[in-house]
Amino acid sequence: MAETTDARTERATNGTRRVPPAEGTTPVAPTGQSRAAAAQSGTVAARTHAWFTPWLLCLPAIVFLAAFNLWPSANTVFLAFTNVRPLSGGELVGLANFERMLTDDQLATALVNSIVYMLVCLPFLLLVPLALALLVEKKLPGIAFFRTAFYTPVVASAVVVALIWGWMLDDRGVINGMALRLGVVSEAIPFLTDRWLVLFSAISLTVWKGLGYYMIIYLSALGGVGRELHEAAAVDGASAWRRFWSVTVPGVRNTMLLVAVLITVSALRVFSELFVLTNGTGGIGGRDVSVVFLIQMYARGFSGNLGYASALSILLFLITLGPLLLIARINRKGA
Amino acid sequence: MVTYPTATTPAVARAPVTPTSGARGFSTMSRRETVVRYALLVVVLLITIGPFLWQLSTSLKGSGEDVYTATPTFVPQDPTFDNYLAAFETVPVLGFARNSLVVAGITIAGNAIGATMAGYALARLRFRGARLIMGAILATMLLPGEATIVAQYLTIRELGLADTLLGVALPGAIGMINVLLMRTAFLNIPPELDEAAIVDGANAWQRFWRIGLPNAKGMLAVITIFAFIGAWDDFLWPLIVLTTPENFTLTVGLQYLSGVFANNPRVVAAGTMIAFIPIVVFFAALQRYFFRGVDEGAIKG
Repeated sequence: MAETTDARTERATNGTRRVPPAEGTTPVAPTGQSRAAAAQSGTVAARTHAWFTPWLLCLPAIVFLAAFNLWPSANTVFLAFTNVRPLSGGELVGLANFERMLTDDQLATALVNSIVYMLVCLPFLLLVPLALALLVEKKLPGIAFFRTAFYTPVVASAVVVALIWGWMLDDRGVINGMALRLGVVSEAIPFLTDRWLVLFSAISLTVWKGLGYYMIIYLSALGGVGRELHEAAAVDGASAWRRFWSVTVPGVRNTMLLVAVLITVSALRVFSELFVLTNGTGGIGGRDVSVVFLIQMYARGFSGNLGYASALSILLFLITLGPLLLIARINRKGA
Repeated sequence: MVTYPTATTPAVARAPVTPTSGARGFSTMSRRETVVRYALLVVVLLITIGPFLWQLSTSLKGSGEDVYTATPTFVPQDPTFDNYLAAFETVPVLGFARNSLVVAGITIAGNAIGATMAGYALARLRFRGARLIMGAILATMLLPGEATIVAQYLTIRELGLADTLLGVALPGAIGMINVLLMRTAFLNIPPELDEAAIVDGANAWQRFWRIGLPNAKGMLAVITIFAFIGAWDDFLWPLIVLTTPENFTLTVGLQYLSGVFANNPRVVAAGTMIAFIPIVVFFAALQRYFFRGVDEGAIKG
């Protein structure tokens, strides 16, 4: 949710703040005498609060900002140049961790997985949720129930969802059971053991869990697509299909761009689905891993290496930075 | 988008000769379209909640019933809560649930108080340094949480909070995104209300309490919902912080449970339902605040 909302609030920064009424000028709004007197004796803003009040209100947030956002960020950069282990100290090792990344086969596999993840998720999560939003947009009786139900997979924990799907995709689970019974396959499909099938199982899980999330984003955007424009197009004899492509799609184009960025970033950050579906192993030969999965692996235990995990964290930051900056740009333009 | 204006729409009057098919579009939604829409809604409903129902069904099947689906049956032949009892007895699932509640409670309280206070100051009080704070908060938005998780763990360990619930809850106890959301909510309150209160001699705290808060309740509800869901569902961070099974939250505990009961899907299913049902009830109870928040633009591109 974080990415959707931040840039929006940023937009609010640029220009919604009201300037308090200037001294001397009588506000247009009806005001009492006392109001006028207050305005005469100086800027209203100057005396509305003691200087320390905002700082007191902000204090807890500032402490958390410093302790759990700014400091860990700085420390991550520092740690990336060390070989600190989870259970013991370490020392500065220069660029060794970054050099290691260049020859790390498992990291290369993780990056390939991320790209596949992204490319498969994108078309499904870009279009299906839009269709769902159009389906639930109309205020039919009982629509609130359907909206809530469609959102349920988003609310459930990724662990719960992955355990449910893991059970359904099991060699002896319901999907293989039905496929065998219908004679579609002669032996169970190894959804959870084959190197690529595990990845695609995780992807379908992410898609399934994400449908409601992006549906809501589209739903919120559809409210802004002009009804008049639709009616005008209908009057001109445009078919529903035609109106979809000429009115709705252009109307939600910016939202589609935003959704595409969100899908990309979340595909790069995937962890729980792969972890739970492979029971924490990363699949046979550890080939069904993501960058975050690797960070988690190196962050723990005797064989852990916090320095290398930090270098991977910087890599993660850098590969998500581009898409996130794009969101900020879209929002600034939209303002 | 298929929008059918009603017959009373003035557009009809203005309409030139329209093709008959188009003209039909102007009546209220045709019977056929209504049926098609409901049919599609039901299909999607089955896809989205079917897996949860299947899991619920598995969790209620007795040990005598074959859950390996030679012939998949949806309704348990002889529904039983034995699997839930097994999950309670052999693995401390109730303890996991309590731990998750503790983490969620700290997270909700921290965000409801800390983010609201800071959001108010940043929106409604002018002060030197506000810009700097906003800049720092916005910068953190570019940072995926996973990217600082290693350093975050070291901080928590230095504080002596490794393997504790407070250690799990603390980093998210004031989310910067929530500060921004509350700030937006306070910015949307008309400034005239504040101005009038100032004239009446209300100080900053009174304005915060009497004008700010009552007018930002909707957003407060939204951030509370998300704080709870976020804390309840989080997996990676508690997985890193917690090492002792008694301290596990539900997500970490479930992963653990699925290892212990790899051969008994009924018990694992019961465990997932224990984690799933509270969050669904919580969300269903508060969904109108959430969807109202959607309408007000809390969740928007």
